[in-house]
Amino acid sequence: MAAMTGPDTNLAAKAEVQNLNFYYGEYHALKNLNMVLHEKNVTALIGPSGCGKSTFLRCFNRMHDLYPGNRYEGNILLHPENTNLLSREVDPIEVRMRISMVFQKPNPFPKSIYENVAYGLRVRGERRKRYVDEKVEQALRGAALWDEVTDRLDDLAFNLSGGQQQRLCIARALATDPEILLFDEPTSALDPIATASIEELITDLKGRLTILIVTHNMQQAARVSDFTAYMYLGEIIEFGVTDAIFIKPKMKQTEDYITGRFG
Amino acid sequence: MSSSEGLTSARLARRRRGRWAERLIETILFLAALASVFTTLGIVYVLVSESVAFFRHVPVWDFLTDTQWTPLFDDAHFGIVVLLSGTLTSSFVALAIAIPLGTTIAIYLSEFAPFKLREVAKPFLELLGGIPTIVYGYFALLFVTPLLQRVYPELPGFNLLSAGLVMGIMIIPYVSSISEDAMRAVPMSLREGSYAMGATRFQTATKVVVPAALSGLASAYILGISRAVGETMILAVAAGMQPNLTFNPLEPAATITAFIVQVALGDLPHGSIGYQTIFAAGLTLFLLTLAFNVLGHVLRRRFREAY
Repeated sequence: MAAMTGPDTNLAAKAEVQNLNFYYGEYHALKNLNMVLHEKNVTALIGPSGCGKSTFLRCFNRMHDLYPGNRYEGNILLHPENTNLLSREVDPIEVRMRISMVFQKPNPFPKSIYENVAYGLRVRGERRKRYVDEKVEQALRGAALWDEVTDRLDDLAFNLSGGQQQRLCIARALATDPEILLFDEPTSALDPIATASIEELITDLKGRLTILIVTHNMQQAARVSDFTAYMYLGEIIEFGVTDAIFIKPKMKQTEDYITGRFG
Repeated sequence: MSSSEGLTSARLARRRRGRWAERLIETILFLAALASVFTTLGIVYVLVSESVAFFRHVPVWDFLTDTQWTPLFDDAHFGIVVLLSGTLTSSFVALAIAIPLGTTIAIYLSEFAPFKLREVAKPFLELLGGIPTIVYGYFALLFVTPLLQRVYPELPGFNLLSAGLVMGIMIIPYVSSISEDAMRAVPMSLREGSYAMGATRFQTATKVVVPAALSGLASAYILGISRAVGETMILAVAAGMQPNLTFNPLEPAATITAFIVQVALGDLPHGSIGYQTIFAAGLTLFLLTLAFNVLGHVLRRRFREAY
């Protein structure tokens, strides 16, 4: 056991994807996906543009419900209670209360730094000032932003740099103590230094919550994730422990993509 | 080099001709733009020069502080506040209707209405703005006022309330249309960010979209104010043209615009003091709308979208 590196594969599953199909109107975008999100681990989705990795990610917090004509089939079971997130009986707002998301481009709200982080709590009707103060500080610390903004919490969030804005968005997502955090190419709009700080943050966060990250940067997937799924044309071609996928992929197609011969 | 010389000179000639055409078009466009600038300058010149003549007879101080407006009487008084009170009161009533309703409609159309409904509702709403104001004026006088009198029998036949209410209805599409455009311009990524935090549609609309569209909303409101302050026909028809220093919408009163119509309808000799009052009143109106436009500009700057 002591010699074993990498993630502990005996970890409990936080979410289980079973025969997931997704349609944009007539277009069959995700085809029969099966996968497990291991609790308090980082799972990365990689694959060429248009392979459906963002579409897949956005199923987890039912973002597709915002647009007409989208349809899910199959299950995403959220453990421990085994509710199917995709069920019509489940309110998407309830799902989003438990599963937060960080987007490709930083999208802070036109509010102060403080109110951005407090947004999720406000939406939940939280009014106790002391409690909100505490949560905001905790979240900003969690996102490694506290020291930089502690004396200007009332400044408009737009005044922050791109990397700071993205960390603010992470703080916003953390403030409500989500069980799963979704990242949709969180560093694609950032410079290398800001990217490094976000990656470091993701590494710090695992162990506290379950993370699913979409990235088109394979080095990033290799650096931050414990499990990786390679997707192509709406299907999961290969899913497994990140080290195994990157060192010894089972599928030729995965290998071609990872080694840069394709994609 | 030499082999391509013929080709080059032909091309040069063509280019020279092209440049002439280009310059001609530029000049035409410039003149067209200039025409509107000169029109504005001309209007300002006439307003100011006639007003200067007016203020030679009437001290500015009296104009601003006198509480009577009787320019055509023997005992002439020129207190602009009398007309200003009518303008402000009727505008206030109109905006009290147009801003809340217009904003609500805009929020509904932009954030809640299904696509098809929005495409149908918007042109209908904009139709309201296409109705001639004289029609609105008689609608206020002959329909709204009697209706209000049923609730409040002491209401005089001419009053600021009825005119203001109808004016508010007329302004709704101006406010709602620009507000809706401003809200639609808020990027989807902001809305998604809000929904992803577990917000409802209403929370997203009020806590994220409206603040993000604030500069556009400010422009919409400023335009609404300018429309209300400058509106003439509805007030001339339904509010009565008696100068009356009042801020009570239940009374009849003249506005600056209504006074200008009234005087312009009579036959006053050129250069007489009565004639010049129109320009002084007009200048006041101009400065008032200018002030609102500048304010709108400042607000737009202050709340510029930075997403």
